[in-house]
Amino acid sequence: MTELLTVRDLRVDFDTPSGPVRVIDGLDLTVAPGERVALVGESGSGKSVTAQAILGLLPTARVTGSVRLDGQELVGASRRILRQVRGNRIGLVFQDPLSSLNPVMTIGRQVMEPLLIRGVRRAEARRRAIDLLARLGVRDAARRFDDYPHQFSGGMRQRVVIAIAVIAEPDLLIADEPTTALDVRIQAQVLSLLDEIAAERRMAVLLITHDLGIVAGFAQRVVVMYAGREVEQGPVDEIFGRARHPYTRGLLAAVPRIDERHQGRLPTIGGQVPTPAQRPDGCAFHPRCSSTVDACRSEVPLLLPRAAAHRVACHVATRHAEQVTEV
Amino acid sequence: MTLLRVENLVKSFPTGYRSPPVTVVKGVSFTLDRGEILGLVGESGSGKSTTARCVARLLPADSGRVVLDGRDVLGASGRELRSLRRDMQMVFQDPYSSLNPRMPVGEAVSEPLLVHGLVTGRAALRRRALELLRMVGLEEEHLDRYPRSFSGGQRQRIAIARAIALEPKLLICDEPVSSLDVSVQAQVLNLFHDLRERLGLTILFIAHDLAVVRHLCDRVAVMRGGEIVEIADSDTLYDNPTHEYTRSLLAAVPIPDPRRERARRGVGTG
Ligand SMILES: Nc1ncnc2c1ncn2[C@@H]1O[C@H](COP(=O)(O)OP(=O)(O)OP(=O)(O)O)[C@@H](O)[C@H]1O
Ligand SMILES: Nc1ncnc2c1ncn2[C@@H]1O[C@H](COP(=O)(O)OP(=O)(O)OP(=O)(O)O)[C@@H](O)[C@H]1O
Ligand SMILES: [Mg+2]
Ligand SMILES: [Mg+2]
Repeated sequence: MTELLTVRDLRVDFDTPSGPVRVIDGLDLTVAPGERVALVGESGSGKSVTAQAILGLLPTARVTGSVRLDGQELVGASRRILRQVRGNRIGLVFQDPLSSLNPVMTIGRQVMEPLLIRGVRRAEARRRAIDLLARLGVRDAARRFDDYPHQFSGGMRQRVVIAIAVIAEPDLLIADEPTTALDVRIQAQVLSLLDEIAAERRMAVLLITHDLGIVAGFAQRVVVMYAGREVEQGPVDEIFGRARHPYTRGLLAAVPRIDERHQGRLPTIGGQVPTPAQRPDGCAFHPRCSSTVDACRSEVPLLLPRAAAHRVACHVATRHAEQVTEV
Repeated sequence: MTLLRVENLVKSFPTGYRSPPVTVVKGVSFTLDRGEILGLVGESGSGKSTTARCVARLLPADSGRVVLDGRDVLGASGRELRSLRRDMQMVFQDPYSSLNPRMPVGEAVSEPLLVHGLVTGRAALRRRALELLRMVGLEEEHLDRYPRSFSGGQRQRIAIARAIALEPKLLICDEPVSSLDVSVQAQVLNLFHDLRERLGLTILFIAHDLAVVRHLCDRVAVMRGGEIVEIADSDTLYDNPTHEYTRSLLAAVPIPDPRRERARRGVGTG
């Protein structure tokens, strides 16, 4: 299968007062045309920085490695090319949707903008914008077309941001926590619309979210990040049914389920995500892990097996069981 | 044993010059037993936070009755009100803005004790602060650190430690885990569970995540448009919802199981 997006050995360094800090450390990622991939991991694991690096939105960071969209290299590409890619080929929903709207421009104008830039005529752009907003569950979309962002509730603004990202029919949508401000019924509506659009137009989606319930229903493939590295990836059924990395298993176990009569304590992962400046040697997860071998403390585990659909970066999962010492 | 009784609570807000006020809480009634955790769910804007704030006397209600432990809350004033305020503490969604960035967390946690004159003397305050921090899973080394050096989940636990400093009878939590990721959320939910077991704390728990509510709460009230449309014990409500609105809410909750999700949403994958 030819990939739409291919990220190879992505590294992102930020300059901080105490020196350069590597926030993303050798990430590989692919998205095929029309594919829906979820990027998950705890807060601070580097999901948003990855999305921004793909789109060339980190002017102050040092980004190395390769990001190819249909073969075209984006790392180091000119601003003109990057702007073109962002306008036409990749739609983006920022994690903080409320700050990405222009407060002094009407909602309608902002949703039409990507079409107008492409030369679509105004009346046509307006029709399509209203239609899309209505499909996203914005009530009275036509009447509210000339409202300003502050007149919309948080949930409505979030849907506007999604509309702006998909109206020009990009090949890839990168959506960073697109439904967090929505209540469950609106969330379900927005997700099924994204489903529909993705299918209709063969739009690929890279979905970044904390919500493993959403991942289960939306994604075909899941990439799990920890401390700036990928620790496991695989088809959605594999990840939910046969996760191999202790971190992935810990995340899944910590989620309360609505279909279970479970009271009492939830299993938790002890400790917290290290800051990029204090990433432990070896496997970054080892201080929080309950079954480690010596190698965990000294060698960064590789994602294995290399060519397999389900890959894991864990010494214990990929080595002999008898070497395991319980800590 | 009933700890809290809310009867016919009504609250409206003015909408501006010459337009009539809009009523956002329209006669809400419920009770909470001692040691019970009641979940309050419902769509955005349904009046959950407003109800909670009226109960806690952070907002004046238009009418209705709130009785905590036999004492009238809405009509209280002076000493009576001060003592009621001590017995009802709130925890909010945002652990970042609810702590003073310039106060070491040990002081933040014991400040309410100082304010209410319950503990005096630096050493005694520090001892109590440490007890409270330990209760929420933090340690002595954390006492003198500032909020910014804590993770979101730790900050929320610090906010909870502060809220329980006065040994309140009722804890009102407005979306206390909504801004936390799953692993940290699990830590905080476990903390609520333990506090109820150990201190017999009674909790009114507002959340939009219905799975979280099922996990933690004994009973659940569903609000819509300023009214409670259904209230029942958790298993009854989740297994046999009677109100159409409750059913539609439950049907929209994603389940972290790909096969079931695909079946439920009728989408094909692969
Ligand atoms: N401009 C920056 N300079 C220095 N460090 C940064 C910068 N932006 C992000 N970081 C750090 O990079 C790490 C990853 O951040 P990122 O925002 O990608 O996390 P995330 O996985 O999206 O988390 P969340 O789930 O909370 O959104 C964090 O430790 C963050 O503090
Ligand atoms: N100070 C205020 N002035 C005017 N209207 C208000 C005020 N506070 C709340 N409202 C309105 O009251 C209604 C109920 O708000 P409330 O915050 O109680 O809802 P909620 O159920 O907590 O929603 P969410 O899930 O979004 O937090 C909303 O329509 C809101 O716009
Ligand atoms: Mg992020
Ligand atoms: Mg609220």
